[in-house]
Parts: sequence; structure tokens; C-alpha cells
Amino acid sequence: MSRFLFPKWSNLLLPTIIAAALTIPLYAVFFVAYGLSPKTLEVGYQPKQPVPFSHALHAGELGMDCRYCHTSVEKAAHASVPPTQTCMNCHTQIRPQSPKLEPVRESYETGLPVEWTRIHKLPDFAYFDHSAHVNRGIGCVSCHGRIDTMEVVYQKSPLSMGWCLECHRNPEINLRPTSEITNLGFDSATDLTAEDREALKKKYHISPSEDCSTCHR
Amino acid sequence: MSTLSQDHSLGRMSDNTIDRPGERAPLVLNMDKFSEVTATVCRVNEADKAPFAWYVAFAAALGLLSVLGACIGYLILTGVGVWGLNNPVMWAYDITNFVFWVGIGHAGTLISAILFLFRQKWRTGINRFAEAMTIFAVICAGTFPGIHVGRVWFAYWLFPIPNQMEMWPQFRSPLLWDVFAVSTYFTVSLLFWYTGMVPDLATLRDRAKGKIQQMGYGLFSLGWRGSNRHWHRYERAYLILAALSTPLVLSVHSVVSFDFATSQLPGWHTTIFPPYFVAGAIFSGFAMVVTLAVPARELFGLKDLITLRHLDNMNKVILVTGCMVGYAYSMEFFIAWYSGAMYEKFAFINRAFGQYWWAYWIMVSCNVITPQLFWFKKIRTSIPLMFVLSIFVNVGMWFERFVIIVTSLANDFLPSSWDMFTPTWVDIGTMVGAFGLFFTLFLLFCRYLPMIAMAEVKAVMPQADPHGAGAGKHGHHGHGHAHSHDGHGH
Ligand code: HEC
Ligand code: HEC
Ligand code: HEC
Ligand code: HEC
Ligand code: HEC
Repeated sequence: MSRFLFPKWSNLLLPTIIAAALTIPLYAVFFVAYGLSPKTLEVGYQPKQPVPFSHALHAGELGMDCRYCHTSVEKAAHASVPPTQTCMNCHTQIRPQSPKLEPVRESYETGLPVEWTRIHKLPDFAYFDHSAHVNRGIGCVSCHGRIDTMEVVYQKSPLSMGWCLECHRNPEINLRPTSEITNLGFDSATDLTAEDREALKKKYHISPSEDCSTCHR
Repeated sequence: MSTLSQDHSLGRMSDNTIDRPGERAPLVLNMDKFSEVTATVCRVNEADKAPFAWYVAFAAALGLLSVLGACIGYLILTGVGVWGLNNPVMWAYDITNFVFWVGIGHAGTLISAILFLFRQKWRTGINRFAEAMTIFAVICAGTFPGIHVGRVWFAYWLFPIPNQMEMWPQFRSPLLWDVFAVSTYFTVSLLFWYTGMVPDLATLRDRAKGKIQQMGYGLFSLGWRGSNRHWHRYERAYLILAALSTPLVLSVHSVVSFDFATSQLPGWHTTIFPPYFVAGAIFSGFAMVVTLAVPARELFGLKDLITLRHLDNMNKVILVTGCMVGYAYSMEFFIAWYSGAMYEKFAFINRAFGQYWWAYWIMVSCNVITPQLFWFKKIRTSIPLMFVLSIFVNVGMWFERFVIIVTSLANDFLPSSWDMFTPTWVDIGTMVGAFGLFFTLFLLFCRYLPMIAMAEVKAVMPQADPHGAGAGKHGHHGHGHAHSHDGHGH
């Protein structure tokens, strides 16, 4: 049998292979760095809720304080989602017949809670505490964004470890007086000077920890 | 078998271990044409059927490989709890196997790089398959750190890849240096092996009858035509790769030894570890080469190329490195006593007379006593004896790593935390299965790739010397001609 000769076009294979050998590892690194991280999977997560409850209306237009509903945010690890009773404080009077409030009335009668869909969720191995942040001059807006303009709440921040650490390494820029914690319109970057923030840092004794055991207990 | 025995009567020579003054012992026997070398080596790959024993061995190797697959699958589905690890002993068979296999690899690199730079011509007969052994051993070694991390799907965390946790491996940890050392080692070894093989692959391509073979070998011989320029580039590249590999012979196992030496644990925390590990690696690697070479030359009819002299030389290396290892063992004991450190002293006495005494004494008898037999030329040149002894050395070196790792961990500073490690069937299955992976790869290599570096072997034949005996017959120098001669002669 005669000798096999590769056709001329196969000369192109060599540069292709070299290019692939160079780019595939790059792709793999990129894929791991961005593709596999929860960052890209979770930001913007906006599930449909059983009741079309609007933060833009209640917290924005009506100007209700977050703590009216998220009562434990200053005291506990979890901010807590309000019970039906909280809604009914107003909605026994305001729009008592609204079809949008049907599930809330039903829950009020049966005593079974409204089944809100959870949006922000850290893995169980990561420990987070709202009170540790809120009482030390970190406002809701730093982590949750402008909730008071959201018709339906969505996840604004990645909640990845890298994201937590970025602030723990450099918390100054987010510091505000504790009186402004729930004031989402307040912007520490423009409404405060660098000296103000430095002063707050001293006042609240801020030195966030980066030790693994802070968040992995 | 060590003498000029049976074959001699037929006019064939089988013993070239005798040194005659003023004469170089031949490294290739019973051949005076380059084409005979080519024919002998290529026959293995070109035969329609492999020898029967190959099929038997291959089936056995595949069987063991599936044991490995099953054990790893079970481990991944269940978790590392299926191994016998416990609280003080959180490394045992996994890291023992890792160090064992990495060590095996070192002989290949030593043969191909250091002996090349030192112009040890006898390396040509054995370097190809010793290098193959290196690569397959490193593949076996690599599986163990990969699976011992527990959540295997995160094994890529071993590498510094940016991630959402902004978490990096600990750059001060020798475990990370290990990742770099072993992956560098693998890459360089693979390149070296492959580069050296290109001319031989071209020979196989030129001789191939079937289309698939022609395409396969053609693809991997990278268009080699054996021109002067090709040879020039090739030899440059080979030299550079040899120079790159040389430090690796010393560095890789030194770094592996840092995994232990930089810790505080008595029995691990010793400065002698790097040289001791390197000597041990070469020791075990050469033993493995002998274990593989003896049946391979028998089975594939390569006795004239892997001659008794090659085996004899390797046994001498085993003797030398075996003595170094023995010295290291005794020095460890001496320092344990001389340092006056109570924990050190305890660690070593416990090693020899504690609950793992049997492992220690297997190690000493296999690694210290066995190689001493190689002082005798009779034993060095006896095929059955060297085969058995080389297996002893392999066993001993496995136990050496087991002893270092497990006995030190099991009995550390705090008696209340002491515990005994007992392997589970998964531990044992994984260890045995790794041999399946190794031999599967090795047997495939024997069947489909040139087992001996033909081009290089030809260069050390007297016929390749333009001023020597063979010059008249062949006229051209060296392997450059040797190749084209083969390429077109068939
Ligand atoms: C009238 C009560 C009420 C007020 C006031 C209120 N919230 Fe809520 N909040 C809710 C309810 C009910 C939910 C659950 C339904 C949903 O996700 O929209 C919720 C959900 C959230 C969530 C998402 C929780 C999750 O599942 O991850 C965030 C974040 C949040 N609120 C922040 C705020 C902030 C910041 C403010 C102040 C600006 C605020 N809320 C004011 C009632 C309230
Ligand atoms: C402080 C009083 C107050 C509380 C507490 C309150 N709301 Fe309201 N809610 C209002 C007002 C005022 C409106 C606007 C009525 C309108 O547009 O006429 C409204 C409107 C709504 C609507 C839109 C009704 C429609 O038909 O358009 C929904 C849905 C609703 N609220 C849900 C809730 C839920 C769920 C809670 C409990 C987490 C809650 N509200 C708590 C005062 C309140
Ligand atoms: C430092 C960042 C940060 C700040 C500041 C912060 N949150 Fe959160 N919030 C989170 C994270 C992270 C979660 C998810 C917690 C989890 O899964 O355990 C969360 C969850 C929530 C939830 C869901 C229920 C829960 O408690 O898990 C609500 C409601 C909420 N936040 C409201 C608020 C409000 C209101 C404020 C301001 C007073 C606030 N958060 C400030 C990070 C923050
Ligand atoms: C916007 C800034 C910011 C972000 C984002 C942030 N933190 Fe913090 N964190 C702080 C500050 C400020 C403190 C208080 C430091 C101190 O007490 O000195 C703190 C403290 C903590 C503490 C210490 C509580 C204690 O008991 O001492 C934990 C735990 C913690 N953060 C977890 C997290 C986790 C988990 C995340 C990410 C999901 C996160 N943080 C994101 C600013 C931030
Ligand atoms: C400020 C809080 C914080 C600190 C400090 C922190 N982590 Fe995390 N870590 C997190 C959060 C939140 C997650 C989950 C989100 C993610 O995967 O990025 C996480 C995830 C991880 C994971 C991924 C686990 C998995 O199965 O996906 C690892 C591993 C980890 N952290 C290790 C560490 C180590 C090691 C340290 C100390 C050097 C550390 N973390 C310090 C908050 C923290």
C-alpha cells in the first residue's frame, strides 16, 4: 500500500491546535472564575411572590420605615419577614376588599402564614448577622440596593464571599450614622466627607474581621 | 544465566557485562545493521497479534483498573469516610500512594536527563520506556491528591484560579508547591518523552501498512522527514528539555518531602528529608524499571537491545541509592537520640517497636538488606533474582512512605489523641487498583509506541562512529542516516 499523505488543508490544523491549546486553559480559568460562581447565577433573582406587595409603595411612597415590618433587623441575625398581623394593622381599613390582598385575608382567617418566596439566602455554612452590621453604621442600601424603588424585590448584590470581604477590607465608604440606616436615599459617598466617615469609624470602633471563623463557625 | 551460556554455542552473544581493557563493551548485541534495530523494535508494534501473555496481562490490568474506578466512584458518592482515616491519622494510604508513585517516576527522568547530560550511552536502551513509566506513574500519583480532597468536584481549588470567594491557595504551604512541582514535572516529562519519540514515530509511519496506522503515526510524527535541519532542531530541543528536566529530578521529591518536613510533627520534622526522599525515589524508580524491563525484554524479544549490561548497571544504581536510604534511616535514629528531643526519640522508638513495628521491619529488610545482595555480580546479573529483589524494593519503598506517614501521625505529642489506623477494603482496593491504571497504560504503550529509542540506540552502535569499525560499511554518520535508511528501505 502506498504511503498516506495528509491533504494540504491539514496544514491549517497545526495553528488551530496551538491556538486551542492556548485558549482552552484560558477559557477554563474564565469559566471557573465567572461561570461557576454564585455571583453570576443569583444577582437579579426576582421570584414571583404570592401577594403583589410593593416596597416602592409601602417603603417609598408611604415612607414606612423598614423596621416597622422587619422588626428584628437591629436585634437579631435575621431581619424577619412580617407576619400577616402587621399587614392587617392597616389593611383591615385600607382596601379591605382588594383582590390582590386575598391571600393575606385568607392567611388572617386561617392563621397559616403567607408563603413568601425567599430571595436572599446564604449557604448554611456561612454565618451572617444583620444586627452586627446595622448597629455599626451599615445601611440596608449597601447590601440590598434601593428596595424603596422596587415594585418586586430582587437580589442586588452577589452575596459571595468575595463581596463580603471587599467591604470587610474597606468598610469606610459604606459607613453612615446609625440614624440613617434605613434611609435608602442617603448616600455615604456623597453626603459625608471622608473625614466624617473616618470619624464614624472611630466612633463605632469599626474593624471588620477577615478571619475564616468570623463567617464559618 | 550470568555467564556466556547457552546462546554462546550458537554464536550469539548474551553477556556483555564483562569489561575488557581498551575495548568498550557493546550495548547492542548480535546486530550490525541499523535496519536490524528498526526491525526488532518495530516488530512489537507491527505484529498483527500481540504475544498471548500481553492479552493476559492486559486483561488483568483492566480488571484492576475497574477496581480502581469502582473504589473511586464509591468514594465520591459516599465521602472520604469510606477510608480508614481517623482523627490523628488524616493521611494514610492516599498520600502513601501519592508519594510512592511520584517517587517511581524519578528513575525515568534521571535516566533520560541526567544520564543524557553525563553521556551515559547505556541509557539509550532503556530511556524510552523508563520515561513512559515516569509519565504513567505521575498520572497514578496525581489521582490521589485529586480524590483525597473529599469533594472531588472542587479539586480545581488546588490551583490558583480567581473565584467568587476571593480565596487563594496558601502560597506559604508546601501542599501548593507540590501542585506546582508535580504539574511541572508531568508537563516537562511528557514533552521530553514525546519530543524524543518523534523520529521513531516517523519510522513507524513510514513502515506502516494500514491506513489508520499511517494516519495515526503520521499525525504524531509532525511531518518529520529526517532532514538535516530537522535533526539539528531536534537535538537542540532535546538538549534543552534534558537541561530543564535535570533540576526536576532533585526538586520534585524535595518539594514532596516538604509536605512533611515543614510540619512540626516528630518523625516528619527533619532536615534530612529532601535528599533522603530523592535517593529513595531513584531507588524505587530503578527497581520499577527493572521490574518492567525483565518481562518486557523477554516477551517482546528485546534482549539484544536491553542487555544484561543495562540491567547490571541499573542494579548498581539500586545498590548505591539503597545504601543512601539505609544511611538516612540510621541518621534519623542518630539525630533523634542526639537532639535530646524527647518527642523525636519517642517517635523513632515507637516506629521500630510500637504498634506498627511490622511495617517498619518490612521496610528495613526490603530497603536496606535487599540491595546489599547486589554487591555480588552473580546476583546483579541473574534475571530471576533481580526480578524478585526489585519487587522487594518496591514493596519496601511503599512501606517506607506508610511508616513515615502513619506512624508519625498515629502517635503525636498528646497520648490522649493517639489512635490506630486500619485500612478498609476501599483503601486497599484503591491502592491495588492504581497498579491497574499503571499497567494498563504501560501495556498500551508497549503495544502501540516504539518501546526503545531506535534513533538513539543506533547512534551508540560502533557502526555509527565515522572513524570506527562500522564506518566503511555505512559511510554516513549517525542516526540521521539511520533514519532515512529505514524509512526508504522498506
Ligand atoms: C409593610 C411592610 C414592609 C416594609 C415597610 C418593608 N418591607 Fe421589606 N419585605 C416585606 C415583605 C412582606 C417581604 C416579603 C415579600 C417580598 O419579598 O416582597 C419583604 C421582603 C424584603 C426583602 C427580601 C427578603 C428576602 O426574601 O430575601 C428585603 C431585602 C427587604 N424586604 C428589605 C426592606 C427594606 C430595606 C425596607 C425599608 C426600606 C423594607 N424592606 C420595608 C415587608 C416590608
Ligand atoms: C401602614 C399601613 C400599611 C401596612 C402596614 C400595609 N399596607 Fe399595604 N397598603 C397601604 C396603603 C396606604 C396602600 C395603598 C392603597 C391605595 O393605593 O389606595 C396599600 C396597598 C397595598 C396593596 C395593593 C392593593 C391594591 O389593590 O392595589 C397590597 C397588595 C398591599 N398593600 C399589601 C400589603 C401587605 C402584604 C402588607 C403586609 C406585609 C401591607 N400591605 C401592609 C398601607 C399599608
Ligand atoms: C451587610 C449586608 C446587609 C445589610 C446592611 C442588610 N442586609 Fe438584609 N440580608 C443580607 C444578607 C446576606 C441576607 C441573607 C441572610 C441569610 O440568608 O442568612 C439578608 C437577608 C435579608 C432579609 C431576608 C430575611 C432574613 O433575615 O434572612 C431581609 C428581610 C433583609 N435582609 C432586610 C434587611 C433590612 C431591612 C436591612 C436594613 C435595616 C438589611 N437587610 C441590611 C445582607 C444585608
Ligand atoms: C457593606 C459592608 C459590609 C458587607 C457587604 C458585609 N459586611 Fe460584615 N461587617 C461589616 C462591618 C462594618 C462589620 C462590623 C465590624 C466590627 O464590629 O468591627 C461587620 C461584621 C461582620 C461580622 C461580625 C459579627 C460579630 O459578631 O462580630 C460578621 C459575622 C459578618 N460581618 C459577616 C458578613 C457576611 C457573611 C457578609 C457577606 C454575606 C458580610 N458580612 C458583608 C461590613 C460589611
Ligand atoms: C466575611 C465573611 C467571610 C469570611 C471572613 C470568610 N468567608 Fe468563606 N464564605 C463566605 C460566604 C458568604 C460564602 C458563601 C458564598 C460563596 O460561596 O462565595 C463562603 C464560602 C466559602 C467557601 C466555599 C464553600 C463551598 O462549599 O462552596 C470556602 C471554601 C470558604 N468560604 C473558605 C473560607 C476561608 C478559608 C476563609 C478564611 C480565609 C473564609 N472562607 C472567610 C463568607 C466568608
